[in-house]
Amino acid sequence: MPDLGTYATEVLLAYAVSLGLLALLITWTWARSRRVRRDLAALEARVTRV
Amino acid sequence: MASLWEYANPVKFMRLSNWLMPVSAVLAAALIAVGLYWGFFLTPDDYRQGATIKIIFLHVPAALMAINAWAMMLVTSLIWLIRRHHVSALAAKAAGPIGATMTLIALITGAIWGQPMWGTWWAWDPRLTSFLILFLFYVGYIALWSAIEDPDTAADLTAVLCLVGSVFAVLSRYAALFWNQGLHQGASLSVAPGTRMDWSYKGPLYLCMIGFVLLFVALVLAGTRTEIRARRSRALMTRERARA
Amino acid sequence: MIALLIRDLRLAFRAGGGFGLGLGFFLILAVLVPLGVGPDPVTLGIIAPGILWVGALLACLLSLDRLFALDHEDGSLDLLATSPIPLEGVVAVKALAHWGTTGLPLALAAPVLGILLNLPGAAYATLMLSLILGTPALSMIGAFGAALTVGLKRGGLLLSLLVLPMYMPTLVFGAQAVTRAAQGLDPTTPLVLLAGITAGSTALLPFAAAFALRINLR
Repeated sequence: MPDLGTYATEVLLAYAVSLGLLALLITWTWARSRRVRRDLAALEARVTRV
Repeated sequence: MASLWEYANPVKFMRLSNWLMPVSAVLAAALIAVGLYWGFFLTPDDYRQGATIKIIFLHVPAALMAINAWAMMLVTSLIWLIRRHHVSALAAKAAGPIGATMTLIALITGAIWGQPMWGTWWAWDPRLTSFLILFLFYVGYIALWSAIEDPDTAADLTAVLCLVGSVFAVLSRYAALFWNQGLHQGASLSVAPGTRMDWSYKGPLYLCMIGFVLLFVALVLAGTRTEIRARRSRALMTRERARA
Repeated sequence: MIALLIRDLRLAFRAGGGFGLGLGFFLILAVLVPLGVGPDPVTLGIIAPGILWVGALLACLLSLDRLFALDHEDGSLDLLATSPIPLEGVVAVKALAHWGTTGLPLALAAPVLGILLNLPGAAYATLMLSLILGTPALSMIGAFGAALTVGLKRGGLLLSLLVLPMYMPTLVFGAQAVTRAAQGLDPTTPLVLLAGITAGSTALLPFAAAFALRINLR
């Protein structure tokens, strides 16, 4: 851990918030992708069976 | 000869993005990890800004992508309006939330940096103000997409909004510059990149910038793939309902 | 087209047409701000230009969602779209009627509210001029936003979300012109820019709005 001096709170806060937002965005993209893919697979299975 | 337009075909696009998406995602993760590690652990403190200089490695790439995401939406919206390629419209849709997140990161890191440096979380500086307005444009764009049921209507209307919004976003930028002259004397506070930057700052900054570009590419590809699948589900459902 | 203008104006003046609504809102805002900020005349004089312009902005916004919605519901918009008048012309006329029933009365009433807010005496002419020059742009941008959201059931809130960021340049130049006049400076530059925005949006936005309307009527 480097010595961040008097600004440690600010720097760590900035990194935490940014990486948190990025993680949120990636998780959201991933979760939505999985959900849509699963729905499509289920739908295709049903349609082809008929 | 294979032209770029071939990838407007959803099947070809899916095949291309199937390998391009993971590749750019892995590259982005590697570059951002190295860049941030370098910037956070190895870069010396700035003599004037102290450790807060480390925020720049997140702030500048995010700001870069905030603007470029809108530019990409503008181009893809134009392609949709002129050549009616569905992939293009869906890519624009996928870029919206990513651009909004980037704008938010740029705003928040800027505010956190401004607190010790300027002594305030928020200053009505033209640059900050334009970014806030840009964020509002993103919110409006996303809201319009989600408000309209029919996908083609939504694509058309959001594309028009993106075109007109671009003009007004640029206008707002100049209006903000004009408006601030009466309040502040010059922008003595901005750290213009390149003024006095050593490689120990430039190195991680460039790595993070390239990393953010690749991250954006990966996320847009992933989002577009999802939208294409969602569109196919919709089509299948209507067909099923029509048959029943 | 003139018949359409007269029809729209008459509809607006009729009871429930929303003509008095914008003006009333503008008046209430000018009364509420001193109550909120305090009666100090110096403070009020400083913020008066901004308050008056923001008030005009919001008052314009108030009646926007009815611009196409009523005609869309009763089907007369479809008739207008198939009539020999180009849809771009219809949009322009409707925006003009909107301006005549909101922007123009606001500009005429603004000096009275300026007195309430202790606006410095040098700024009254600029206040009226800036509102007359700037409010057509507000109506035109609003017409574009209304055209985008006409097919939606609850488009009102979305409409303000879409339109307000686009109002920002107009607000800045309008309020700057009045502020400069109040400080005894020359307001010509912001006034010219304001006129430029109005000219530009009147020239281009009818096409964008008509395009959006055609999509919504498809």
